[in-house]
Amino acid sequence: MSRNLLLGAILSSLVILAALLSFLWTPFDHTAMNIPEKLQRPGVVHWLGTDHFGRDIFSMIMVGARTSLAVALVAVGIGMAIGIPLGLTAAARKGSWLDELIMRGNDLVFAFPSLVIAILITAILGPGAINAIIAIGIFNIPVFARVTRGAALPLWQREFILAAQVAGKGSARISAEHILPNVANLLIVQGTIQFSLGILAEAGLSYVGLGAQPPTPSWGRMLADAQTMVSLAPHMAIIPGSAIVLTVLGLNLMGDGLRDWLDPKLREART
Amino acid sequence: MIRYSLKRFLSLCLSLAVASVVIFAIIEIAPGDPAEFMLGINAQPDTVAALRSELGLDQSKLQRYLTWVGGMLTGDFGTSYTYRTPVSEMIADRLWVSLPLALYALALSTLIAFPAGIYAAARRGKPGDMAVMGATQLGVAIPNFWFAMLLVLVFAINLRWFSAGGFAGWDDGLGEGLKSLTLPAIALALPQAAILARVMRSALLDILGEDFMRTARAKGLSRRQALWRHGLRNALIPVLTIIGLQFSFLLAGAIIIEQVFYLPGLGRLVFQAISSRDLIVVESVVMLLVFAVITVNFLVDLAYALVDPRLRSRT
Repeated sequence: MSRNLLLGAILSSLVILAALLSFLWTPFDHTAMNIPEKLQRPGVVHWLGTDHFGRDIFSMIMVGARTSLAVALVAVGIGMAIGIPLGLTAAARKGSWLDELIMRGNDLVFAFPSLVIAILITAILGPGAINAIIAIGIFNIPVFARVTRGAALPLWQREFILAAQVAGKGSARISAEHILPNVANLLIVQGTIQFSLGILAEAGLSYVGLGAQPPTPSWGRMLADAQTMVSLAPHMAIIPGSAIVLTVLGLNLMGDGLRDWLDPKLREART
Repeated sequence: MIRYSLKRFLSLCLSLAVASVVIFAIIEIAPGDPAEFMLGINAQPDTVAALRSELGLDQSKLQRYLTWVGGMLTGDFGTSYTYRTPVSEMIADRLWVSLPLALYALALSTLIAFPAGIYAAARRGKPGDMAVMGATQLGVAIPNFWFAMLLVLVFAINLRWFSAGGFAGWDDGLGEGLKSLTLPAIALALPQAAILARVMRSALLDILGEDFMRTARAKGLSRRQALWRHGLRNALIPVLTIIGLQFSFLLAGAIIIEQVFYLPGLGRLVFQAISSRDLIVVESVVMLLVFAVITVNFLVDLAYALVDPRLRSRT
């Protein structure tokens, strides 16, 4: 296992553990306001300090991890659930009108500035975690469709697929039984990358007020609150931002590491 | 080449047409009537009806769509519901902030990424390479709006070198305008520079394995000389493609950064328009951004085909 993979896995596990633990325990109630203790720097009682309402930042970060991970995870799920079948179909019917339709549709979604459309969708459907998931998820669909198609196309030329065809299997069954397991590695790597992009996107949408709504804490929302306080209490901005960076960094390192680990040829080519 | 260009152009027009339908449809399902929103809750029904008719909201959806698209083709983007001024004028005003910001960020991104990518490729596997690659990993993980806040904290609040937000305008000279765009441009450029440096490095490393590079080394050039004279020029093709794509991304990506710095650009215009249900402004700005992205992609494709003839036959 490479150093990248190890470091990435440790960082990601820490965030996931914090999110899971927050269901059972947080040092303080993340919604409890305590004005006399507002804007405290990180210390013994409040490990990461308090915000302008005296809420415990460590507890908010833990619960915020839940929001970030959930939104990004479901958005990746949407992308995979729709994108992978589309990609498999396009590869199985290469050159047909269906392939052309799927790929041109993909190009079109790619052409939309994702952030603008995500903002448009959440602004129109109303701000909230669910709509943020939809907005981010839509842009994951063409990514998975393209990666799946690209990886599946060369497989269709291989002998074992020919054997399956001779055995009388239809293209849908071949796609599910033989193509999918062979492209799964690549999809897992892409999934990790999209997951980290999803976390960044969620943070951006929450920051402009279009993500999860208060009192549900989210890292982007915490940054928006911190903006006017940045000179008084810089820790309010530094801590949630660092949480985002470490999570995204962990996932990216894990994605890179997984890619190398799953594909030894690439590892040789890279070094 | 002409056939390829025509085909790409046709696909460009089709994409734009579909995009316009999608944007119109998204706006149509938006809850809330602009006329009611503008007149407030105490408005009389006949006043609302009169305003609806004045704004053309009583026409059929198809009619409204055709009027909108037809108007845009002739440069008439309609009239803002809120400000009662032509949308094209509002967009033109805001473009004077957003466009220079995107160009500024693109220039910074290129200035940072080129040396970094070349340096890393020339020292592959050595500590210098690892430091650059580590920095780019960090660069892509940092949300640009958070980086913007840190820049404000350090350079505006603590050091007082720049203002924390707002735009000085271009009337006081180029310097003042550029100064107020500097922190936003740095924040916007950072993740793009990280991506670009990685592309530059891997493009150069690909080139280093080519036969002509071996020939260059065989005729006596040092590794560095070969990299500068022969490697760089060939590596530029994929790098230029990414730069083209990044420009449109920067234009659209500035939306959140404009919020951080209270810059009166297209991004803030969209947010204000969304909150005041000024749908015609929202439609037009989003369409303009989509147009910019699709057109830049088209130009990049063409440029790519011009330098690499193999691509023409592939599509």
